[in-house]
Amino acid sequence: MNMLLEYSGLLLDGFWVTLSLLLISFLFGSVFAVFVALARLSKIKIIAYPAFLFSSVIRGTPLLVQIYIYYYGLGALFSHVPEIRSSFLWPYLRDGYWYIAFALIVSTAAYWGELIRGGLLSVPKGETEAARAFGMSATKVLLRVNLPRAIYYLTPTLAGETVLLLKSTALASTIAVVDLLGVANRIRSLTFEVYQPLLLIAIIYLIMTYFIELIFDRIEKSIPVNV
Amino acid sequence: MDEIIELVGFGDKGWGEALLKGTIITMQISCGGFLVGLIIGLVVALAKMNGSASVKRVAKGYTTICRSVPELLLIIMLFYGGSSTINIIGDYLGFGDVDLAGMPVAILVLGLVQGAYASEIFRGAIQSVHFGQVEASYAYGMSRVKTFWRVTLPIMAPSALAGLGNLWVYIIKDSALISVVGTNELLYTAKQAGSSTQEYLIFFGVAALIYYVITLLSSYAFKVLERYLRRWQPTR
Repeated sequence: MNMLLEYSGLLLDGFWVTLSLLLISFLFGSVFAVFVALARLSKIKIIAYPAFLFSSVIRGTPLLVQIYIYYYGLGALFSHVPEIRSSFLWPYLRDGYWYIAFALIVSTAAYWGELIRGGLLSVPKGETEAARAFGMSATKVLLRVNLPRAIYYLTPTLAGETVLLLKSTALASTIAVVDLLGVANRIRSLTFEVYQPLLLIAIIYLIMTYFIELIFDRIEKSIPVNV
Repeated sequence: MDEIIELVGFGDKGWGEALLKGTIITMQISCGGFLVGLIIGLVVALAKMNGSASVKRVAKGYTTICRSVPELLLIIMLFYGGSSTINIIGDYLGFGDVDLAGMPVAILVLGLVQGAYASEIFRGAIQSVHFGQVEASYAYGMSRVKTFWRVTLPIMAPSALAGLGNLWVYIIKDSALISVVGTNELLYTAKQAGSSTQEYLIFFGVAALIYYVITLLSSYAFKVLERYLRRWQPTR
């Protein structure tokens, strides 16, 4: 309990880092995921095949390896280019936070793209045809009929996927970003206590999971049943 | 290009041998963790279905915790805590300090996490078997054991296998997390190679390629096996 009070500032900072990573990757990841899904479903091979390769490679390799490739691999390359070093982007490119955010967005786009593709395929053909018969353009059909239907259908799955995303944000601590797990590691090295800080953080993750499930439960209940 | 081949090759300056060794350790950890996960998963699934109220609660709590706490946190916690516990037991039994070098702990941790997911897969698969079919086999005079082998298992196998195939791919990817606590599996070896040659991009790229090939081949193998187990089902 003392620990909670003594390091509350540090814990709060770590919490914000974890939460912001979750929100950023959720938001941008799901938008890109829609594009990945559409590209995967495209009838044009030059669009569909790269999208397939992208999602296959990202889903077939460990996220930690991807993070290392961006952070150590590309990060080292960037530091050798003077133009990048002097550009306004450099402060961002030096910070591990943006590498982990990038890695999470890319991975979310790949995993969720595959889910949304499945959701879009499950929309009954008759509904698409009916919407077209009303004179909606292809984009409008997608935005008003197919996509909402796919997302309704996927809501229970997305709850679980969001929890997985929360767990993935903990990888930030491997590249020296002080998220919740990073805070636990720091307290551990300051106090030589192994279990207490880790247990404390584990409880925080449990509570966050609970809230994610609660929010998705609400969303699921607000979905009209007879669509 | 020649430079890259020399770096990852099997020559004097090459890291090929080390990477191969790392790959083998990754496979050992994954296989071990997968097996431990299957056993835990089956036990927990049975506990969830047949246990008393308190057993059910414990089983459910275990699943909830392992599914919502990051694997990396569990690995760090069980690695530091677990290895000291095992050392105490080792001392007590007179083995002295057992140098675990991470591997059994890694298998245990990954198995624990896998067990939580596997238990849900088993539960779903067992519950998907229609009770009428089990009753029918009893009516034919089959024993419980025979009913399990001849009726329940063949019916649940295809749906369980699809989930287990996903779990296997997950554990290969999760095994990379073990590198954080210093077990010399594939990713750890790649990181060492990268830091001593300053060619991070090459070595992490090679590691990614190896992981990708392993996951591709295993998904293919699981697909073939699933088709084989589904051969009795009517084609859609």
